[in-house]
Amino acid sequence: MVQILFFYFAIAVIGLGLTIVNLKNPVHSVLMMLVLFFHMAGFYLLLNAEFLAAVQVIVYAGAILVLYLFVLFLVTLREEVNISPFIDKGYWVGFVIAIGMFVTFIKGIQNFTLGKHGHDTIEAIQQMTHTKAMGKAIYTTYILPFEIAGLILLIAVIGGIALAKRERKGA
Amino acid sequence: MVHLSWYLTVSAILFCIGVFGFLTRRNIIMMLLSIELMLNSVNLNLAAISHYMEDLRGQVLVFFIVAVAAAEAAIGLGIVVTLFRHRKSIHTDQIASLKG
Amino acid sequence: MNMPLYLILIPFLPLASFLFTLLLGKNLGQKAHWPPIIAVVTSFICALIALNDVLHGTHINSDLYTWFESENFRASVGFLLDELTAVMLIVVTSVSSLVHIYSVGYMHDDPGYYRFFSYLSLFTFSMLMLVLGNNFLQLYFGWEAVGLSSYLLIGFWYHKKSAADAGKKAFIVNRFGDFGFGLGIIIIYLIFGSIHYETVFAQVGDVVGHTFNFLGFNVDLITLIAILLFCGAVGKSAQIPLHVWLPDAMEGPTPVSALIHAATMVTAGVFLVARCNPIFSLSETALNLVTIIGALTCFFAATIALVQVDIKRVIAYSTVSQLAYMFIACGVGAYGAGIFHLYTHAYFKALLFLGAGSVIHAMSDEQDIRKMGGLRKYLPITYVTFLLASLSISGVPGFSGFFSKDEILAMAFASPVGAGKFAWFIGTVVAGMTAFYSFRLFFLTFHGEFRGTEEQKKHLHESPPTMTIPLILLAIGAVAAGWVGIPEILGGSNHWAHFLEGVVGHPHFHLDHSTEWALMFTSVAVGLFGIFLAYVFYLKKPEIPVRLGQTFPTLYQILFNKYYVDEFYSAVIVQPTIRCARNVLTAITDGKIIEGIVNGVPRLIGNFSTILAKLQNGRVQHYAAVMAVGAFILLWIFM
Repeated sequence: MVQILFFYFAIAVIGLGLTIVNLKNPVHSVLMMLVLFFHMAGFYLLLNAEFLAAVQVIVYAGAILVLYLFVLFLVTLREEVNISPFIDKGYWVGFVIAIGMFVTFIKGIQNFTLGKHGHDTIEAIQQMTHTKAMGKAIYTTYILPFEIAGLILLIAVIGGIALAKRERKGA
Repeated sequence: MVHLSWYLTVSAILFCIGVFGFLTRRNIIMMLLSIELMLNSVNLNLAAISHYMEDLRGQVLVFFIVAVAAAEAAIGLGIVVTLFRHRKSIHTDQIASLKG
Repeated sequence: MNMPLYLILIPFLPLASFLFTLLLGKNLGQKAHWPPIIAVVTSFICALIALNDVLHGTHINSDLYTWFESENFRASVGFLLDELTAVMLIVVTSVSSLVHIYSVGYMHDDPGYYRFFSYLSLFTFSMLMLVLGNNFLQLYFGWEAVGLSSYLLIGFWYHKKSAADAGKKAFIVNRFGDFGFGLGIIIIYLIFGSIHYETVFAQVGDVVGHTFNFLGFNVDLITLIAILLFCGAVGKSAQIPLHVWLPDAMEGPTPVSALIHAATMVTAGVFLVARCNPIFSLSETALNLVTIIGALTCFFAATIALVQVDIKRVIAYSTVSQLAYMFIACGVGAYGAGIFHLYTHAYFKALLFLGAGSVIHAMSDEQDIRKMGGLRKYLPITYVTFLLASLSISGVPGFSGFFSKDEILAMAFASPVGAGKFAWFIGTVVAGMTAFYSFRLFFLTFHGEFRGTEEQKKHLHESPPTMTIPLILLAIGAVAAGWVGIPEILGGSNHWAHFLEGVVGHPHFHLDHSTEWALMFTSVAVGLFGIFLAYVFYLKKPEIPVRLGQTFPTLYQILFNKYYVDEFYSAVIVQPTIRCARNVLTAITDGKIIEGIVNGVPRLIGNFSTILAKLQNGRVQHYAAVMAVGAFILLWIFM
């Protein structure tokens, strides 16, 4: 059962990924991306990480993609539809590099061995619910990165405002 | 039984697709989108390994990556807006003034 | 360091005066001669003190200052005071003092007055360092420094192209000789491990018969060293084949010719051979070479002097010829006799030059003897002193030149060295020629009718006392200086030879008295015949030399043009060198190769950087692609 789901999600994700990078209209790409994010959430559910699935949908699908859509509508020009989406001669270069990287990764995966297992077995997590387990980990062991992440978000807020502000004439 | 290596393979494919998209698309926003794709593939990688290693560290890291990705997307798009205001164009091959 | 003060003052006072006059002389104007004169006269007095000490048996040989020491090579400034040095000191300082005083009058209105005196001081310093040295390096330093001073003084009137060329020629020709000299010093260091005279001369006996691999040939070591050292002497003392610079050096002012090219610098070669007599005495081949070159130069220069018409050139060739006598003496082993002739020659030759200077001064800078004549009435003091000098050089009995020249001829005849008798024969013939051309010069200049222009006749006057007093003093030297070496057969006790015995040894051959009388008689007869012949040719029947010149035109041309040696050197050495320098070195090596590298390397870098610059096209994706490629190359390496 899990295997079938896995294969469905895998094929969907890969197919969607290919579509995203090849579509001419960026708006369509963004919409495909939305679907892809839902399938990623599905992956997380298969991995018993419900909290992550929730975070993925809320933050990525809910916030980031919306932001992308807003900016897209702000900067898209009419001529988009007529020119090629790819840069000159870039298609083949990118293709070769991507294939090269893929071969490299496959080689790495073949030699991959897991390290020492930790203590958070699946049963323990399921008993405690994943959210509580994550919360426990974040607020005790990883409190510092948490604070730093908060700081980063603060900077992003300030940066966003500073970058996109219009110069006001007078005052 | 799903092997770990399958998850890793999917993640690798997704990453390479992201690289391809980043290197070839003309629209800046599509470049940024490809970056999001790459980040997602990494997230999947980490979550899978964390699951099979029975350690929560990977998933905690995923959490933080999502947060940072959000911040980065915001700033990146802010820069695109500013760039558009100055250059009236978002095609990467037309923005090459650092050419040396 | 037990060095007495007077010994240190001797060379360093002229050095101080050189620096002082060069830097501040301009402000002194016509008084610029005082520091050099004071310095050199004080040096002369110190030289007298040194001589006095040496007569009482003092010998000094110590280093004043060690410049650096590296393993067993020690480069130092050191002084060696023995009989030979004392003699040279007296000669150099006395003639230098007199020339300084003479120059006050001669160079009176010259714009470079202070420069002249500073150069004279520099020269005196250099010559004194050469003579006082106790190691070969100091000798070489002095050698090169006198060469430099000579260049500066010959080319003193540097606006005149011929003078500048003559200065260059002197220096470059000397360089040829100095190359061999330098090689000799290097070999001395390699073999003996030291360049101090004391060490080298003590060990030279141990290497008799050793051979040295020179350019692939195994030659006898001592002969090789001696011949290389002799190369330097040939250059400096203007012997064949490096004699060509001395006649051209007459472009310099006459006091310079008197000091440098008669009395002191050119005698440095003879001094070298005498100083290195332990080395030369052990090599039969080298001694023969010295004798033969001496004999050939003697004859060669004398024949040229017979027909020259420039008053200074005649005296210049005469110098070359007399120097050759000194080399003949050294070559046959009679170093003492060679130094004796050096000493007497310094006085009568300097006197001849200064007298010629007086004549030139009176004749408003005319130097052609065909335009002179009858100057006896106008220049009485010059006339008398010139006559005394000419008698001395001709070997008339009683004058100093007679004693020294006779000593040489007797030694040459008696010597067991193979070329000795040949040298004696040539020497005697040349003695006759010397008398002839000296008196030719004398009669043509001072006797007969005045053949110059009316303009010149009006200006004829005797020289001022600053010029005539040195002439008189030198005349005393020219007559009496030889009296310290009167040989036994004439009643004297030959103080000279005994004096120098400690340094140069005594020749181990003797003549019986009858042979000595015969030889003396021969040389005197030949000399008097020469004078008589000159009298006939130039006073009684002046048409004879003209007819001789017409009967043997080719011979006359060859002699007049100095055997075309200069032309030969020009064609064989100078022109090819200039052509090689222009067409090969400047055009190809400098123009193409070095310029090619100097311009080519930047161009290469430029091209390379242009290619590299294409990497930066301002496009982000391009950079990202490069990064990706780099990243996965790294991944491959580390996997």
